[in-house]
Amino acid sequence: MRPPPVNDASSAWAQGGPERLYVITGGRSASGRRADLDLVTLVVTRAMARPEMQPEHAAILRMCDYPLSMAEITAYLRLPFSVVAVLVSDLLRDSFVEVRAAVRAGGTSDPELLKAVMYGLQRL
Amino acid sequence: MGSRGSEPAIGPAHENTLPASVTAAVKIVVVGGFGVGKTTLVGSVSEIRPLRTEETMTEASVGVDDVRGVEQKGATTVAMDFGRISINEELVLYLFGTPGQQRFWFLWTGLFEGALGAVVLVDTRRLEASFDVIGRLEDGGVPFIVAVNVFPDSPTHPLDEVRAALDLPAAVPIVACDARSRASSRDTLLALMRYLYWLSTRSAAPVAACAATE
Ligand SMILES: Nc1nc2c(ncn2[C@@H]2O[C@H](COP(=O)(O)OP(=O)(O)OP(=O)(O)O)[C@@H](O)[C@H]2O)c(=O)[nH]1
Ligand SMILES: [Mg+2]
Repeated sequence: MRPPPVNDASSAWAQGGPERLYVITGGRSASGRRADLDLVTLVVTRAMARPEMQPEHAAILRMCDYPLSMAEITAYLRLPFSVVAVLVSDLLRDSFVEVRAAVRAGGTSDPELLKAVMYGLQRL
Repeated sequence: MGSRGSEPAIGPAHENTLPASVTAAVKIVVVGGFGVGKTTLVGSVSEIRPLRTEETMTEASVGVDDVRGVEQKGATTVAMDFGRISINEELVLYLFGTPGQQRFWFLWTGLFEGALGAVVLVDTRRLEASFDVIGRLEDGGVPFIVAVNVFPDSPTHPLDEVRAALDLPAAVPIVACDARSRASSRDTLLALMRYLYWLSTRSAAPVAACAATE
């Protein structure tokens, strides 16, 4: 009964060890990455992909036509979060995307937000 | 016959896109030992089939005991399944199923800190697997409830016994759950939300009491 997790990326994207990841990010890691990107930060495309772009950048721009979380982008690209964070940071710097920050919450969250989530779940 | 053009269509199917009106996302973490039903629970309530997110891990951070689900050479990766529930036109909720080992938690910055709260999924046949998780959530100040995933061959323990065995604080709710059922999984999330709501209004109470004139 268990729904197998799916990844819709074509197989060409699924290959690749550390070397490929190094190439994709140009060897950058934490230095090229915005610290505020969270798994549920929503990414939205603001400018069309350009032909000369790195394929991973272009792929992100195509899939974020509508808001998409960082987590979903990593799943579709089949790339680790830290690599996608570098790629999205590049796109942010060049204003190709905008992000809608994750709501950071804790034990004492906004009761109105919590109520909204409750109502949403009750409709399931 | 998928066309293998130069631009593979990567991304959500049309029916899995979010409306442009969505402005904010929140998350809940479902945490528990191996095989306890995390992915099943996430899949039961998710509007999309569960997806998988990965993070690479340096060898230094991989313990020798963590062989399952972890590649053994070079950079290793750790995976988390997740699902999504649209709450309203502006708000979307993500659910992450996370392994119980602490070393996994640090991989995703803010996974717990940024979450509304957590559901600790436990299997009464292997309760001891939950002690560490519960202790670390308490230490981290992450609000959580406990959900006992009932398997057919589980011995039937009253929830009070499980509560005592886990040494749960009295305020922490404990519920029974069938992770395969959408309704039961939804009710488990609602139990967490009610608890979080209670916490949020309770912590505001002292301030309100000071200001109160009645
Ligand atoms: N009877 C019964 N079986 C369940 C229940 N929940 C999960 N299972 C089964 O238990 C097995 C493990 O469930 P998963 O959802 O994959 O567990 P998990 O916690 O995601 O496992 P890992 O990611 O491997 O740690 C699957 O075969 C499920 O079908 C339940 O509530 N009742
Ligand atoms: Mg799983």
